Amino acid sequence: MDLPRIVITGVGLTAPNGNSPAEFRHNLLHGVAGVEPCEVRYMGRLIAGVCHFDPLKYQRKKEVRVGTRAGSISIYCAREALAAAGLAERFATLPKDRTGIYIGITEHGNVETENEIYALSKFNHDTRYWSHYHNPRTVANNPAGETSLHLGVTGPAYTIGAACAAGNLGLIHAAQMLRLGEVDLALCGGVSESIGTFGIFAAFKSQGALAHHPDPKKASRPFDKARNGIVISEGGCLYTLERLDDALARGAKILGEIAGYHVNSDASDYVLPNPARQSECVARAIARAGLAPRDIHIVNTHATATPLGDIQEAQGLARVFVDCPGTYINNTKSFIGHAMGAAGALELAGNLPAFDDLIVHPTINVDELDPQCALPNLVLNHPVKAPRVDAILNNSFGMLGINSTLIVKRFVA
Amino acid sequence: MTKDECKQAVIEIIADIAPDEDLGGLKHDVRLRDQLQLDSMDFLDIVMELRKRHGIEVPESDYPRLASLDSCADYLTPKFTALGK
Repeated sequence: MDLPRIVITGVGLTAPNGNSPAEFRHNLLHGVAGVEPCEVRYMGRLIAGVCHFDPLKYQRKKEVRVGTRAGSISIYCAREALAAAGLAERFATLPKDRTGIYIGITEHGNVETENEIYALSKFNHDTRYWSHYHNPRTVANNPAGETSLHLGVTGPAYTIGAACAAGNLGLIHAAQMLRLGEVDLALCGGVSESIGTFGIFAAFKSQGALAHHPDPKKASRPFDKARNGIVISEGGCLYTLERLDDALARGAKILGEIAGYHVNSDASDYVLPNPARQSECVARAIARAGLAPRDIHIVNTHATATPLGDIQEAQGLARVFVDCPGTYINNTKSFIGHAMGAAGALELAGNLPAFDDLIVHPTINVDELDPQCALPNLVLNHPVKAPRVDAILNNSFGMLGINSTLIVKRFVA
Repeated sequence: MTKDECKQAVIEIIADIAPDEDLGGLKHDVRLRDQLQLDSMDFLDIVMELRKRHGIEVPESDYPRLASLDSCADYLTPKFTALGK
């Protein structure tokens, strides 16, 4: 079956170390991490990846007051992506029912529920003081819904819950909807507001998986022997995706082409990864793209700096990438922590410019490489210039055993 | 509490729930929704803030009495007074 080709024409993002693709990329190439101290309710001063974009760049104060942090992140990223795609002005004239918004989320509603319960505690838990905004703030489609309200989009707008695989899923689902002809333009990717909920910090701490380090910027250290867990972050990254013919017809700049993807499930544990299913996911995505492992020039790992998870992903990748001297492997969480539902989308955005400059950003904070994670061509601490970058593979895995792999290739007409 | 003080208390609430609005030229005898971008959820906010900040309950059947600043003052001032404010 001859499916329409799907291309990326715009990116908008906010990350703990950058509020635009250019700033983000610059910091990834210059070793600038974005993790900082963060007050967490009931737990005190912890560390987290905090974004510093200005919501009022696009939203009114009332929108910010009524909406959620995830909604603000989504709206900021959507507007930035449309601008990058050259659609900021033209968007007003496009048929709004032919635009889709597909946003991956790890979770949504924890922040708002915790806030409301905390506020209620100040009124002796009298539910007359419970906000009438609780439901619109906590419905699972909130970030996409707020974005549709803001943009006046009347096409499908919903979230895709897929734990920490969700950022990739937003793009994958959008590509599928474009191929089905359901929409003509997709705003897609992932967002996270998870640093606003103590529950996620507390749960990772109870699990023994919450990172700690005297220097926040060194706390997220995938593949390092001294890694001790996850740095929780907020963030967002949305793309404009279009069918190739539409993008060419309007003279859009094409940043990359969706080459292949795969999504599968471990069906083996609530939280522990399954390297066999991960490598199966990677291998099937490569096959679907019509490529061989050696054709992949950058592999962005999911590794979150948990002692076991990093080893298992390394083992899974080692099974797939055998004798691939041109394949470089990196990790973005070492700079920004784990942006949950935004992770996959942000990590792809950090690598996309490599199609132009051929530079592979490193995995930082590796003082002593764990020998069990010592993959060939793992780019450690300093960027590497690659001979070729024609295909980027992005891994994102999540709890309850969901795995996603997305491959984007250099656009060649 | 005087009626003017009551109106000021309501304006302070509106300033928080509609932070983009210019409240300088509010006409006291004109419906708030005819002068400001307030929706039904915002009116629920006014009711909630009256409860939280001042301990005043406004039953749903009385919501129309919050239509303008003048009607707010007529309706709320006795409630403030009854609370010793």
